[in-house]
Amino acid sequence: MSRAVTTRRKTINTVLAWSVGILIFFPILWTILTSFKTEAQAINDPPLFLFFDWTLENYAVVQERSDYMRFLWNSVIIAGGSTLIGVMIAIPAAWSMAFVPSKRTKDILLWMLSTKMLPAVGVLYPIYLIFIELGLLDTRTGLVVVIMLINLPIIVWMLYTYFKEIPGEILEAARMDGASLREEIIYVLTPMAVPGIASTILLNFILAWNEAFWTLNLTAAQAAPLTAFIASYSSPEGLFYAKLSAASTMAIAPILIMGWFSQKQLVRGLTFGAVK
Amino acid sequence: MATQHSRSAARLMMAPAVILLLGWMLVPLVMTLWFSFRRFLPNRPDIVPGWVGFDNYVRFVTSSAFWPSVQTTLIIVGGALLITIILGVLLALLLDQPMWGQGVVRILVIAPFFVMPTVSALVWKNIFMDPVNGLFAHLWRAFGAEPIVWLSDAPIFSIVLIVSWQWLPFATLILLTAIQSLDSEQLEASEMDGAPPLSRFFYIILPHLSRAITIVILIQTIFLLSVFAEIFVTTGGAFGTRTLTYLIFQRVLESQNVGLGSAGGVYAIILANIIAIFLMRIVGKNLDA
Repeated sequence: MSRAVTTRRKTINTVLAWSVGILIFFPILWTILTSFKTEAQAINDPPLFLFFDWTLENYAVVQERSDYMRFLWNSVIIAGGSTLIGVMIAIPAAWSMAFVPSKRTKDILLWMLSTKMLPAVGVLYPIYLIFIELGLLDTRTGLVVVIMLINLPIIVWMLYTYFKEIPGEILEAARMDGASLREEIIYVLTPMAVPGIASTILLNFILAWNEAFWTLNLTAAQAAPLTAFIASYSSPEGLFYAKLSAASTMAIAPILIMGWFSQKQLVRGLTFGAVK
Repeated sequence: MATQHSRSAARLMMAPAVILLLGWMLVPLVMTLWFSFRRFLPNRPDIVPGWVGFDNYVRFVTSSAFWPSVQTTLIIVGGALLITIILGVLLALLLDQPMWGQGVVRILVIAPFFVMPTVSALVWKNIFMDPVNGLFAHLWRAFGAEPIVWLSDAPIFSIVLIVSWQWLPFATLILLTAIQSLDSEQLEASEMDGAPPLSRFFYIILPHLSRAITIVILIQTIFLLSVFAEIFVTTGGAFGTRTLTYLIFQRVLESQNVGLGSAGGVYAIILANIIAIFLMRIVGKNLDA
């Protein structure tokens, strides 16, 4: 039996929730609006909300002056590469932990999680030094590797919790029919796990895209992704609000859209399956 | 049943992930430990590297920057936790109510979580908190007040505000998920028994949420302890916003005092591990179920 809800109460809830929602979203909304203003309009007092001369000029200027596409491409390579490699390494590991558990499975899972807790700053210099020695400083390869490693525990965990929900009998049936281990994973497990794998990829792509410790400390001009590119606006010259807003909007737009699709998996992925 | 064959295959399939993570954990950790016991300033060829025992550990905690940085860390982590948990519970309760356009509101509320840290820090710093052209300055002037120079007059509060804005969606989303798993019959029964809303909250909803709140606290603490970009692009550690993480970063990369910074790194690792142990207990319990 559902509780009877009066229209009045529902209206109050709606107004309240929408007000709070818009308040929280406001900084993003304002950034997007500012990106369509001229620099003078961007700092106009009183602030202009909707009635200004909409322009796309800032987007053109940002691309022209800073070679925005290169940073975007770096972000795509680093986030995409680290996620895909991570998933390929994690699928077999998660499979074996979910379907052939041993006494140590739980310990291994928890230990993997513990590597995620290692504060980055504690190992900053060793990584920096290794990067210099191997010529990886300011390369996309180096960042793909580091970001893959910091997200690997989350990828394994997410896949593990998804695989756990697949009934083992189906895999056994495939095995009875003579499927090899490889065939079993590729033809039986993977199709069933596609939604889980997809959400894992989505969430980890977002985390990798937004990573802002290693990307700031291990890149310079060549391999810098959008996080580092945006940080270069912290010591600006002249009027730059509209351009900063345009650059920011471009940097967050793809992720906002992906994030909205992944909101359900977000909880599970970030609490390591402890809250579903 | 798992055969001997599939067991060894399983071990083989786990190997790449385990070996990589083991290497990722052990190699830098051992190096940090090694450096922490040495005098090592790569930019100063006049200072001979050498073994100094626990000297770096002692110097790190006795330096004048240490206690202020601990204090700053505690205020930022504690402040952000307090704000995100309290507002998160309230917001989750609100979003759980019947309303029109619930899905859209949810999307609006979780959006800040997807904004990259450097973007949110710079947008807040310039477009909102700038004392001349910032939106807050416009607002203050509209009411005839003198605009606040946020990042130098209230630097820690400003950073807490930025960080809380980023993490409120996370807390809200997890708490909302937890509230939605609450048995509604129990709530209805208490409602019929005439329990007022406030006691329903304190005796039924809050105890039900306690586990989710604990998880939010632990996970956020681990992430908040390593807040970096938000400080890097706003104050650069000035005006008393130097956290432990930032202090170590400065020692290691800016002043290239690797020995001292590494000792600080070891402290940070120990601190994070203490928190991690509690988190793992909760997560581990869930694994058996």
